[in-house]
Amino acid sequence: MIFINGLGAVSPQPNAGSGQFPFEFTKYDGNQLRCPDPGYKEFIPGDQIRRMGRVIKMGVTAAKLCLRDAAHVTGFTSGPECPEIIPEAIITGTGMGCMEDTEKFLATMIRNNEEFLTPTSFIQSTHNTVAGQIALLLKCHGYNFTYVHRGFSFENALLDAMVQLRSGSVSNVLAGGSDELTPAYFSITSRLGHWKRKPVGNDRLLEDHQRGSVAGEGATFFFLQKEGTHNSYARLRDVRTLLKPGSDEKTGRYLLQMLQENEIAPADIDLVVAGFNGDPGSDAIYRNVIAASLPGSAIALYKHLCGEYQTSTAFATWFSAMMIRHRIFPEFALLTPPPVNLRNILIYNHYLHVNHTFILLSAP
Amino acid sequence: MPQRILVTGYGIISSIGNTVQECYQSMIAGVPGIGRICNIDTVLRDELIVGEVKRTLPELLDMAGIEPEEGYSRNTVLGIIASSEAFHHARLHENRQLRTGLISATTVGGMDRCELFYNDFLTNETRNAYIDSYDCADSTERIASRLNLTDFITTISTACSSAANAILLGARLIQSGKLDRVLAGGCESLTKFHLNGFNSLKILDQKPCRPFDKNRAGINLGEGSAYLVLESEESQKITGNKPICELKGWGNACEAFHQTASSPDGVGAYLAMKKALELSGLKAADIDYINAHGTGTDNNDISEGKAIETLFGNRIPMVSSTKQFTGHTTSAAGSIEAILSILCLEHQVIWPNLNFSEKIDELNFLPVTRLITGEPVCAVMSNSFGFGGNDTSLIFTKI
Repeated sequence: MIFINGLGAVSPQPNAGSGQFPFEFTKYDGNQLRCPDPGYKEFIPGDQIRRMGRVIKMGVTAAKLCLRDAAHVTGFTSGPECPEIIPEAIITGTGMGCMEDTEKFLATMIRNNEEFLTPTSFIQSTHNTVAGQIALLLKCHGYNFTYVHRGFSFENALLDAMVQLRSGSVSNVLAGGSDELTPAYFSITSRLGHWKRKPVGNDRLLEDHQRGSVAGEGATFFFLQKEGTHNSYARLRDVRTLLKPGSDEKTGRYLLQMLQENEIAPADIDLVVAGFNGDPGSDAIYRNVIAASLPGSAIALYKHLCGEYQTSTAFATWFSAMMIRHRIFPEFALLTPPPVNLRNILIYNHYLHVNHTFILLSAP
Repeated sequence: MPQRILVTGYGIISSIGNTVQECYQSMIAGVPGIGRICNIDTVLRDELIVGEVKRTLPELLDMAGIEPEEGYSRNTVLGIIASSEAFHHARLHENRQLRTGLISATTVGGMDRCELFYNDFLTNETRNAYIDSYDCADSTERIASRLNLTDFITTISTACSSAANAILLGARLIQSGKLDRVLAGGCESLTKFHLNGFNSLKILDQKPCRPFDKNRAGINLGEGSAYLVLESEESQKITGNKPICELKGWGNACEAFHQTASSPDGVGAYLAMKKALELSGLKAADIDYINAHGTGTDNNDISEGKAIETLFGNRIPMVSSTKQFTGHTTSAAGSIEAILSILCLEHQVIWPNLNFSEKIDELNFLPVTRLITGEPVCAVMSNSFGFGGNDTSLIFTKI
């Protein structure tokens, strides 16, 4: 069995970082949800804060929050001077990597016709910078890996963590996902119709019928182990990825097959945390699949909290683990009456209809 | 006993050849693929030399049998060509009941089109077809779609160790029972973006690179793509493919020293090689040849050399870098060099470390400077190290 024994999130919901649950909902009126500064200087040496790209700061901070939390949950620290547990493996997922640094180097190169370039933003542009910087700050020489597959990125990181823990090659893993929203990325993807043209309040996301979603970002990390403690958040049961299923029926069958392989009846899924993002075409898929396969489950949404991005399911996992731990269902997230029990949560998301993913969590 | 991981297919395209056979011929003949920049419009054109695949994008599309259509990056087409060779070599279209994964690695992704069209992306609709092909996963999803691989697909990016990590992950997913066989490797095209990036770091040599030489002055960048087919023993019994060699060990470690530089003692490289060796069950003395990361930078070659000395003591295997042939193909280097290492097992040769004249003062060993034939080659190690301190080592053995 695999347990979530620590977590940390930097998200567009500044009150979510306080540890209070449910946190106070932060309303946004535009179509871009960005993470306010969570107090980076508490986590990152001052001379590095200025140089680091934003997603790196977000990632490092979420990772450190998680590893400090893990020290509380497990009652273990890596030394008297160290508030964090040093993990044995660091596995991250990111859809777009370090966009700010990439754009900075690219724009300068084009503007200056390849002259007067400094290496800092190039150095930080590679997708593995977040995992590398976490390792560097913690002096962690263990397994270090970065997945960059769109809406599978975070799920692949979780899957890798589960495989490693089950094989016994490590006894704990820090796994997470991070992506940042830059103005240029927003503007470019707007051309593809990804975002709603007219702003919409994130408290009314599903009431708006324009095409597209609201853009988001975030960094979320988990400390995973094979042993639970009485403070564990949740059990991580399974993670699946499904590429272009072709029809909602196929997706539903795949979902039921996954539950069966985990020996869970559909009726035992008390809550589905689904990736509703306000795009009518996209949301219809969630409605169809859930109605056909899990008609009795309560339903919650999460993207009105964090926005749409490739690794948003990391935030969904954080949100679900908090619900399991605190046995509270925030009203601002429920689309149905709350469930009576809370044994199992299924997170179901698809990224632009192509990358469908399922994450199964249970009460510890 | 953990599953044995058998290599049953491979495919490659690089500056020294468009197939495995062509690359082998170039290696045996000692002909490097380094030359002037032809396919990129860059101010660095007269300053730098690179290992470029000698085809334009339309020529590559034609070679891959892709109708000229918008949205394909050079990176993707290189990936399609090499993965198709491996796919057909191991007949992955047969026995579709076997769970088959695609694990691909890249870092620059579709940057070659993005850097050309970035201003259009920002200001008009003319290049919208290329916006989605910018990210790393685009090449993987296009490869998956052409080869009809859907059971498991993912993309890895750990800078210059990416493709080695794709191979390592393939082996681990087979051993865990999640997959029966895997097409694993990486692709990377040259771009103005990373030519300028490495240039701004002042680690590019304007002359042919000289790994492990006292007077080395940096990297020649290169491009290409390579994929291996890995199978479990059970899968191989079903497919009947002839095993080329065994992937016997793998190790991944993080240097955690500096975002780009390697530590003076090479702790990350040492740990990666040590893990791979332990997993393989071999002794240090069993390794016949190390295909080094050997970039030719001041920093890498000392760091890697020290790590080799620490692990192998006074019995250092034959060591060479093959980046003088292919250039440093960054995210594809791990799989390109894995195949070059496997060719050593198949043909019982050791590749020469070209352009060498003088030993590095700080190191106690010399690289192999001529093509070695007639000596038994039973176990080879292939090293790949990247930005972020991501270090990976693979060990292949003769069947």
